[in-house]
Amino acid sequence: MPRAFTPKVITANALIEGDVIYLTANDDWTRDLARAEILTDEAHAELRLIEASQRHHEAVGVYLADVAKGDKGPEPTHFREDFRRTGPSNYAHGKQEERV
Amino acid sequence: MYRYNDFDADFVAQRNRQFRQQVARRIDGSLTEDEFKPLRLMNGLYLQLHAYMLRVAIPYGTLNSAQMRQLAYLAERFDKGYGHFTTRQNIQYNWPKLPDVPDMLDALAEVEMHAIQTSGNTIRNVTADHFAGAAADEIADPRPVAELLRQWSTDHPEFQFLPRKFKIAVTGSPNDRAVIKAHDIGIQVVEQDGRIGYRVLVGGGLGRTPMIGKELADFVSQQELLPYVEAVVSVWNLLGRRDNKYKARIKITVHEHGIEQIRGLVEERFKETRAAFNGADLAIFEQIKPQFAPPAFRNAPTDAFDRAYEADPVFRSWADTNLAQHRAPGYAIAQISIKAHGQTPGDATAEQMRVMADIASEFGHDELRISHEQNVILPHVHKSDLPEIHARLKAHGLATANIGKISDIIACPGMDYCALATARSIPVAQQIATRFDELKIENDIGDLKIKISGCINACGHHHVGHIGILGLDRAGVETYQITLGGDHTENAAIGQRTGPGFGYDEIVPAIERLVGAYLEHRTDPAETFLQTYRRLGMAPFKAALYDSEQSRVAAE
Ligand code: HEM
Ligand code: SF4
Repeated sequence: MPRAFTPKVITANALIEGDVIYLTANDDWTRDLARAEILTDEAHAELRLIEASQRHHEAVGVYLADVAKGDKGPEPTHFREDFRRTGPSNYAHGKQEERV
Repeated sequence: MYRYNDFDADFVAQRNRQFRQQVARRIDGSLTEDEFKPLRLMNGLYLQLHAYMLRVAIPYGTLNSAQMRQLAYLAERFDKGYGHFTTRQNIQYNWPKLPDVPDMLDALAEVEMHAIQTSGNTIRNVTADHFAGAAADEIADPRPVAELLRQWSTDHPEFQFLPRKFKIAVTGSPNDRAVIKAHDIGIQVVEQDGRIGYRVLVGGGLGRTPMIGKELADFVSQQELLPYVEAVVSVWNLLGRRDNKYKARIKITVHEHGIEQIRGLVEERFKETRAAFNGADLAIFEQIKPQFAPPAFRNAPTDAFDRAYEADPVFRSWADTNLAQHRAPGYAIAQISIKAHGQTPGDATAEQMRVMADIASEFGHDELRISHEQNVILPHVHKSDLPEIHARLKAHGLATANIGKISDIIACPGMDYCALATARSIPVAQQIATRFDELKIENDIGDLKIKISGCINACGHHHVGHIGILGLDRAGVETYQITLGGDHTENAAIGQRTGPGFGYDEIVPAIERLVGAYLEHRTDPAETFLQTYRRLGMAPFKAALYDSEQSRVAAE
């Protein structure tokens, strides 16, 4: 039996700032994972990945990242994606500072 | 200090102009990322987890105060107000924006600095003993030869596409402070029958297959050194395993062919390179050497130092821990810890960089060094100035008296910044330092080196830590593997694994148990952790790590 497709989002680094971005359903890039489009259909996800990968002038290193559906939108399932979402944990700067 | 000549300055300026155009073409869409990536890497620009990262070379770790001030300016103007000093005498900026990088490179060029060959499969920044020119045990200053190697390797046409990156370190002392045995080529200044020459080691390295360098030649004369090193790199350039990235480093080549065969091939090739060099390098070396002449040391009484040492226990503790012996009477080498308890190892703010630059220009013959242990050194200070220096450092959080102690931890950026990481390193270092500061046993523990990497690439030198910590991803959980008995000195050794790893919440208590076992088993306070480990082996430490772990789990 083929492995079940788990929910994903499209993520990358922004070309100019280098920070973490996610693709929304409206084809915008967002810095906020909660606003990212959740992809639950494998064929659709592959298509979205191809489209996003062609946006060379906006994004670098586009890939599909695993998420779980939470109350407020997608949530990371692996600690790496959690750190990408929240910024460095050594002290509050970057995204953590903005949130304070 | 080496000063650029017109050729050097033009070369860097031209490279910067070229890169400025490449960045513009990337931003306007004429270059794709695939086309741009090798170009940015040629200029030390990486893309990490949250931002771009610019790696700037500090050749052989030597800086003057103008250069340090410029690094502070870059931190403030283009970053978040700090820079990160690394184990290879570089500084990394963690937050630049792509359009700013050409301006950053131009600002660096103003003070004769650059980011060329800080990435890619080239000969990287040549590193050296951070006490060079000052150490009491030194045979000769290793920096003139490091500078010669730098000029020879920069843009060397044959060595821009090597099988893998290539790292050279030089020491001028028998006590190795440059970790030469963990470099692709390690060079040690030696003296034979009154002649200065070089002992050449090859095939050391850390990473996923750690190895200690082997002696290739016990004495190479000054006129032979550059052709000899060129012969070594050239032999590896042909033999190196380009089919497999993980087997490409020269350590694997030496391992697979054996040191005897490599020596034979190098000797063969050396016949050609020696003929080709025709002495031009010797002439350049003679021009470089006087630029590293020692400063005019002052002859003055040291009473002020003695008085402060008697009167002020905080100063005394700093002096006992952070000073090293200088070769000139009345002088000391002052080590500034960039490891305040709980801070990110190696991070210095713009303000701290300026304070250190000011002290260097007022009291330190305008010289600063960066150590491979991520600290800053004032190589030449007169002892009578030390109370004032200490007071100023203290006012800016720079007077932590922990050099060589358990909280003087090397930690790579790990998962907080690095795209290759499998777990975090910095917060582990922060927690260990804070914990042992709370316990107030740091001085009692004495010399103990903890080194942490966030993946098997071993940027944090964990293999050569007395206690090494390697962060891994085990089924989606941060896990930390411990090694014991590593040594980064002239007696270099690779640490041994203790057993299964520990979770993120378990690693600090595990280190505490290890240190407890040492305190219990040492014969007297003069026996260091490493000596105790060498005397007793793994068993008592393993018991402390795992037996108590089991009993704790069982008790829950
Ligand atoms: C975040 C940016 C960094 C990246 C992407 C990076 C990448 C790497 C990689 C891929 C290797 C393995 C090379 C090999 O042996 O095949 C390596 C090794 C190494 N890196 Fe880094 N590194 C980074 C930061 C640092 C920092 C901050 C330091 C110093 C604290 C450092 C110092 C070293 C050292 C000393 C090695 C030694 C292994 C050896 O060649 O023997 N790196 N790095
Ligand atoms: S050891 Fe790994 S995690 Fe740490 S800086 Fe090097 S590549 Fe990144």
